[in-house]
Amino acid sequence: MTDDLNKSRRKFLSVATAVTGGIGAAFAAVPFVASFRPSARAQALGVPVEVDIGKLEEGGLLKVEWRGQPVWILRRTPAMLDTLPAIATELADPDSEQVEQQPEYARNAHRSINPEVLVVIGSCTHLGCAPTERFDVGPADLGADWPGGFYCPCHGSKFDLSGRVYKSVPAPLNLKVPPYRYISDSRILIGSDTGAA
Amino acid sequence: MSISNTWGRRLTAFGEWIDARFPMTKMIKEHATEYYAAKNFNFWYGFGVLAMVVLVIQILTGIFLTMSYKPAAADAFASVEYIMRDVDWGWLIRYTHSTGASAFFIVVYLHMFRALMYGSYKKPRELLWLIGMFIYAALMAEAFFGYLLPWGNMSYWGAQVIVSLFGALPGVGEGLAEWIRGDYYISDITLNRFFAFHVIAVPLALVMLVVVHILALHETGSNNPDGIEIKEHKGSDGIPLDGIAFHPYHTSKDLVIIIIFLIVFAMVVFFAPDMGGYFLEHANFEAADRLKTPEHIAPVWYFTPFYAILRAVPSKLGGVLLMGLAVGLLFFLPWLDRCRVKSIRYRGWFFKFALGVFTVSFIALGYLGLQPATGVYTNLARLFTLLYFAFFLLMPLYTSWEKTKPVPERVTK
Repeated sequence: MTDDLNKSRRKFLSVATAVTGGIGAAFAAVPFVASFRPSARAQALGVPVEVDIGKLEEGGLLKVEWRGQPVWILRRTPAMLDTLPAIATELADPDSEQVEQQPEYARNAHRSINPEVLVVIGSCTHLGCAPTERFDVGPADLGADWPGGFYCPCHGSKFDLSGRVYKSVPAPLNLKVPPYRYISDSRILIGSDTGAA
Repeated sequence: MSISNTWGRRLTAFGEWIDARFPMTKMIKEHATEYYAAKNFNFWYGFGVLAMVVLVIQILTGIFLTMSYKPAAADAFASVEYIMRDVDWGWLIRYTHSTGASAFFIVVYLHMFRALMYGSYKKPRELLWLIGMFIYAALMAEAFFGYLLPWGNMSYWGAQVIVSLFGALPGVGEGLAEWIRGDYYISDITLNRFFAFHVIAVPLALVMLVVVHILALHETGSNNPDGIEIKEHKGSDGIPLDGIAFHPYHTSKDLVIIIIFLIVFAMVVFFAPDMGGYFLEHANFEAADRLKTPEHIAPVWYFTPFYAILRAVPSKLGGVLLMGLAVGLLFFLPWLDRCRVKSIRYRGWFFKFALGVFTVSFIALGYLGLQPATGVYTNLARLFTLLYFAFFLLMPLYTSWEKTKPVPERVTK
């Protein structure tokens, strides 16, 4: 029997068996890998949230939750808005060129639909810590030229009053602007910018 | 005929019955009574067995913790308090487990340092070192997953920081982080799956890797402080002249080491279970709050050297990659070291100096990882990161240049 052993045939059959089995294993892995994705319930809980900003006064910051992330709504004063163009040279991405960090309608000088009202996700783009609001001008710990903004206590990242990141801090990107739209003058929908709520 | 003779014969017969069906005696001989290890072992050779002792402690206490712990965001923190306050002896079981986590890393770091000193990663033990590195990687994963379970605020933000590291990878990052969390943030879903990883997936891999590690060790034989192969000098009976049987000789020495270890371990469990915030971080005595970051996020001490490297780099992706490289380079040690002499006793001052610098850098980075990332601390972290990597990257050079001393034929005392 060993004399007429066809080695190349045997090798072909071994490889064919292994490849077929391997493809089968890869397909069998699909349900397990896919089960790791956000479940239907998690997706349902991640639906847009409606916020009433009618009572938000000038200089006031409202924190709401969307998809477990803190979303900040800041109604900026004219003085706050005046600081934005002045510090452009100190920022890493003053013109919001990183397109993934904001929807197209927030890619402007004030990074918002309504110039006054800033909507950003309050999660540092470095490692996801929550930056703190530091609207005080020129405090001792941040230096006399600090015009007000957000400061991350974890690793010292600094952001201006439109969530743009400073140069030479650990955070690489501007704070993310979530998709949102105005339902009326005083109500906004966070998490969706198209169609009905 | 005396009774003891009768029972003795019955026992022998039972042993033979088993041996005909399972290689019991053969395995005991191969791995204990006829496994010969060098007679010149010093205390550095006790940390391997201690790592096994801690593994057993962790598995045992872990099993009992799962009986009272609830892996759900709404219940987890309260169930840990319940273990601490209401379960009889629950506090002891939990403190033993939390102290065991730190003890695990202490003995493993010392075990690895021993390998560095005596060249235990060198030929023919390269694979043994690689398997050990996989154990270390599994241990880091185990510690990371376990740290989320108490659902304290540091648990939460620690997991948030580490998972977001995956988000730094270009293109796939965000999707990958979402896939790991199973949600848009660290949620109940994330906690539930981390629990599964911590109590079954990783421990199973860990135990299997430990078995493979020991099998590989017993194939090549243990190294020794002189870094010479005792198998090269065998007596007429085929037994290495410088070797003594693992059991009863090394086991009785190990027993003393284990007892000393357990005394120290018990002192920590009973008198300083939080070790001043190093073993159990103070911020973790508050429940997870996803809208409030702790003032200062720092991982538990055993991860801080790598955390310091991460923060030393101004670019996020760069920091993540460098941190991965800091662990990854250790895998390549057997091939980076070009010197043929194993033990530090006979190596030149180049290597001794490099190992010293590396050790100081590792400890300094560990300290800096616990400090806030500001000014002088960041600059120091950059300096020590540079030295840490120099140890590996310059290794092929300084290990080929170094002048070694003559290595003895037989082990010294």
